[in-house]
Amino acid sequence: MIAIDVQNIVKKFGDFTAVKGITFGVEAGEIFGLLGPNGAGKSTLIRMLVTLLPPTSGTALVNGFDVVQQADGVRHSIGVIPQAMTSDLELSVEENLIIFAKLYGVPRDKRKQLIDQLLEAVELTQWRDKQVRNLSGGMRRRVEIARGLVHEPRIFFLDEPTTGLDPVSRVHVWEMLQRLKAERDLTILITTHYLDEADKLCDRIAIVAHGDLKALDSPMKLKASVPSKNTLEATFSATPDGWERTLAALPDVGEVTSHDHVFRLASANGPVTTMALMETAARAGVAVNSLAVQSTTLDDVFVHYTGRALRDSLQEPSAKDSPFMIRRA
Amino acid sequence: MHRTLAIIEREMRRFRRSPMLIVMAMIMPIVQLVVLGYAFGGNVKHLKVAVVDQDHAVPAVRVRELVGAAASGNRTFDIIDYTDPGRALDDLRNGRVNGVLTIPPDFSRRVLGRNQPRVALIEDNTDSFVSASMAAAMGSLMGAFNQPRPTTVRMSGQVALDVVEVYPYVPYVQYLLPGSIVMSIFMMVMIGGGIIFIDDKARGLHEGYLVTPITKFELIAGFNISGTIRAVLAGAVIMVIGSLIAGVPNPLDPMRMLRMLSVISVTAFALISMMFLLMVRVNDPLMPRAMFGVLNTLLYFPSGAVYPQQGFPKWMQVIAAVDPFTYAVHAFKSLLLKNTGFGAIGFDLMYLTIFSVVALTAATMLFRRTL
Repeated sequence: MIAIDVQNIVKKFGDFTAVKGITFGVEAGEIFGLLGPNGAGKSTLIRMLVTLLPPTSGTALVNGFDVVQQADGVRHSIGVIPQAMTSDLELSVEENLIIFAKLYGVPRDKRKQLIDQLLEAVELTQWRDKQVRNLSGGMRRRVEIARGLVHEPRIFFLDEPTTGLDPVSRVHVWEMLQRLKAERDLTILITTHYLDEADKLCDRIAIVAHGDLKALDSPMKLKASVPSKNTLEATFSATPDGWERTLAALPDVGEVTSHDHVFRLASANGPVTTMALMETAARAGVAVNSLAVQSTTLDDVFVHYTGRALRDSLQEPSAKDSPFMIRRA
Repeated sequence: MHRTLAIIEREMRRFRRSPMLIVMAMIMPIVQLVVLGYAFGGNVKHLKVAVVDQDHAVPAVRVRELVGAAASGNRTFDIIDYTDPGRALDDLRNGRVNGVLTIPPDFSRRVLGRNQPRVALIEDNTDSFVSASMAAAMGSLMGAFNQPRPTTVRMSGQVALDVVEVYPYVPYVQYLLPGSIVMSIFMMVMIGGGIIFIDDKARGLHEGYLVTPITKFELIAGFNISGTIRAVLAGAVIMVIGSLIAGVPNPLDPMRMLRMLSVISVTAFALISMMFLLMVRVNDPLMPRAMFGVLNTLLYFPSGAVYPQQGFPKWMQVIAAVDPFTYAVHAFKSLLLKNTGFGAIGFDLMYLTIFSVVALTAATMLFRRTL
């Protein structure tokens, strides 16, 4: 069953097209990731799906409701964690949840039980009376996750949920989301620019760059879709002229790049290329200083589909970023 | 409606936990009331007047005695006697004295000969308040000098003006109090409905509201009702504290306080509606901060809070005519200084209500439920 159905959706801000006709579907019960750098159009896309921005053209159905024509139906069906930390710092953890339960119209008799369960699920029961300003970044994020689920939504949208958190808190949030998804039969759509987050958390990933959808599949299949399965990184003591061509001629090597005396070889068969490289270096009298063999990563996938590494794209500003927007990054 | 109540609950809980906001909204009107009230309210005293008596005859001595009586009586003047007119003028130019009263050598002869006797007041007119006060005081002294001696005529044919004051004497600090109450309401509206509203928007807090099923009208009602409640609290506190500071007679009269509260409520709603209209499309947190001083000056001073509007130029009277402060100040003056009933402030309440409806309708039309 399709939980989110997006057809050829476009968003323009004046002359700038932030989202250029993207089409995809999210199956009920999966964790779906939108992966891309800042300014790729992920947040604009998610804002259209949660009714914060009207699309310029195209359609999107969320839980069967049209985001423009049936916006109220969408709002009742979804929980949203915006990119900015939006909990009230002056209010306690429990008060934040109560206010949002009231905004969503959760009946009074169900409210307390639901909040108790959620605080237990996000492990904040003992902090329920503390003002949010006294909590750490990771705990505040958990307050927001609980707040987004206070009306028992079917679909949960999280815009860069772990940006700004320390590695331990990030892993904690991932585990929490996986547990909540299983317990509550949720469909989750997250945006992220963390490759490891997309890799470990998401059932399927859509790679977005410059407002376009570049690729969409499970992390495993995306990696398999890249011609080279392994990457060899090697440094040598001194290399003769034409050494890059020599390396390119090794068995199963697709592409060779060098930067700062580090040679990077994309190989379809890591072990065979490694053996051949060692033999060729020995014959040529070139000492191998270091050699590392890596499996294909999502970064390789990202380079393959967008032509550049994700880390090189992270600093691109979004056209909609306000200079006063308080970001967590 | 329950969603509107949720927004009001949220705003009031935040308000309760932000003591600095409450203090900031109260401090400025109270400081202004006390400082302006006592700085502008008193009569000018202890003006240094150099007296150069070049005549020394009986009429000149009588002038000298009248000036001396004013100096020792209401302390308007401090007299310094000079024999050298040149030195007196030097001291005037150097700021050591505020004016020089010269009694010329032929003064007594002219008085006795009824030949247009004159004394000269040379004054430092760089401070118009001081020079006007000094000229007025000297003028009345000359009036006293010119009074005819006791006469045997039993019935005078001269017309006399008897001034009857309807209300007890109103010191300037009391005159200023209505403006201070409006100012406290405005401060709370400006901080809560302007600065914090836009800060919340920039922090993304409004996104949290917009993804819930709340309607546009529930959201606007929540913002405006909570803003009005906060402003009413500020106005009510300044009403009580200000009345005590300014020495308003019977400051805790329950009926007057009830009438005052109704004007405070209508004023608060008018100002929060105006602020919502001004801020409805603003996203930049610097904007309300930049507007604060301009709005304060533009609304407060033309309202008649510190100076009667009859003295304004035409263009400023136009501003005053549309300024909601004008009607609020007028209503508070009627209730505080004259202790009137609703009959005297009906038009003020009507104007403020119509102003609120127009501003809120325009703001609602401009409000977007999306980003």
